[in-house]
Amino acid sequence: MTIIRHELKQGRTNFLVWTFSIAFMLTVCVFLYPEMEGQLEGVNDIFSSMGSFTAAFGMDRLNFGTLIGYYAVECGNVVGLGGAFYAALVAVRILAKEEKDKTAEFLLSHPISRARIVTEKLLSVFIEITAMNLILLVLSAASMFIIGEDIPTKEVLLLHLAYYLLQLELMGICFGISAFLRRGSLGIGLGIAAVMYMINLISNITEKTAFLKYITPFGYCDGADIVTNGSLDVPMLSIGMAIGIVGIVCAYVRYTRKDIH
Amino acid sequence: MEAIKTTKLTKYYGTARGIIDLDLTVRQGEFFGFIGPNGAGKSTTIRTLLGLISPTGGSAQVFGMDISKDQKQILSRIGYLPSETAFYPGMKVKDVLKLSANLRSKNCSEEAEILCRRLQLDPMRKVDDLSFGNRKKVAIVCALQHDPDLLILDEPTGGLDPLMQKEFFDILRERNRKGTTIFFSSHILSEIQRNCTRAAIVRDGRIIACDTVDALSKTNAKRITVHGQIDLGDLAGIRDRQDHADSVSFLYSGDIHALLYRLAESRITDLSITEPDLDEIFLHYYQKEEETT
Repeated sequence: MTIIRHELKQGRTNFLVWTFSIAFMLTVCVFLYPEMEGQLEGVNDIFSSMGSFTAAFGMDRLNFGTLIGYYAVECGNVVGLGGAFYAALVAVRILAKEEKDKTAEFLLSHPISRARIVTEKLLSVFIEITAMNLILLVLSAASMFIIGEDIPTKEVLLLHLAYYLLQLELMGICFGISAFLRRGSLGIGLGIAAVMYMINLISNITEKTAFLKYITPFGYCDGADIVTNGSLDVPMLSIGMAIGIVGIVCAYVRYTRKDIH
Repeated sequence: MEAIKTTKLTKYYGTARGIIDLDLTVRQGEFFGFIGPNGAGKSTTIRTLLGLISPTGGSAQVFGMDISKDQKQILSRIGYLPSETAFYPGMKVKDVLKLSANLRSKNCSEEAEILCRRLQLDPMRKVDDLSFGNRKKVAIVCALQHDPDLLILDEPTGGLDPLMQKEFFDILRERNRKGTTIFFSSHILSEIQRNCTRAAIVRDGRIIACDTVDALSKTNAKRITVHGQIDLGDLAGIRDRQDHADSVSFLYSGDIHALLYRLAESRITDLSITEPDLDEIFLHYYQKEEETT
């Protein structure tokens, strides 16, 4: 527990800044909905006739004039992308920072096994990501309640669950990478999250690129699919979780054997 | 029982040499010096003993436990002071000391307070604001506060002013008298000579000499200083020759009769023959090794 507590303290400011920023944008988006509701009926036609751009963001299958259609596109991008960046950044740094900041000698000269260090560091990232998602979910529901709309509970829960699982998959991948790095982890974390997002946009454009959905965790976070089907894509989700677990296993295998400099 | 025992311990970083076939024995309760210049393999040896890096070959035991199998038990009995100290940002000294104690599942607050007082370290200061010397003091308290059986110190005095160095060595000697084994790595030979009972000299990753400090000092080389006129010519066994206006000084390990004949033939005004200090011994061992390689 010592390392978990220590990591949570060390990451507190980062956590608050990211959670506040994403929460701010999310609630602003929801609060803008009543203002835009009337205009969105007309906008819906425009948004649904922009060809590839429309498909890329799933706006061909969502009704922008409803709260959940609006929420799935606007808030989905805020929570999905913001959360993905946060999860990737925190996870890719958590193991690598010890060598980069030269604190590895301090930590590893104490009587704690490397496996325990990996476990506690992983749990600290997991706790931060879970806490952020719970806060975002509560604020999202509260802001919908404040603007006087009926909360589409099932769809909102499914969307947030998908974003949470996306973050956990990215956490697993980046955590695995972190065990191999000694410096320069932040760029890699941001790069992975951004590339995964771009792959999903490309996969939405044509049938030929649809298979790319299986590579990126954003594939099972498609708001249009979730709202339309009322469920998550379990096969895609399973592949994603398996990739995340492989990342975590790699972290254990590498970090418990690695020479620390 | 030996506190440290290595058998043909070897570490390569890729193709680069770390340490080669290192055989070293440190008995419990010893104040053991580990001497060598930068890059000789001192830190590699220490980092291997601590399990930070894995050996390429050979084996090592600490208190009879294997470094690769019993790392956690070994580390619970070791206090380690690294040559470079780095701590987590934003923490106060007391938080670092508490974190270190918690990682050992021990309450060391009483001993930490005593050590902070002796080393004049303010526990309320932030580590980011500390000078290099004061950060070193934090690392010293971390290494000592849990009263370890073995202290491994890597270039420990860098950054400490002379008064603090004296206090630090006083603490080490007290601990040593109580039975703590001290493994003291340094390139400052006077520190080793003043404090250690035995020492090993490491060069290019290999131990080239290991004995009591007294025995290491009693090499057959002598420091000869001659005032007056003397032609040393082709006299064999001369090293570290230093010529001055009216004198010449050199380390001599050749035939003593040849030297006496040469001195008798010369017009000298003064002569001194002394035991070399450890710095000179070190040089002596190094040059001897270079000649044989």
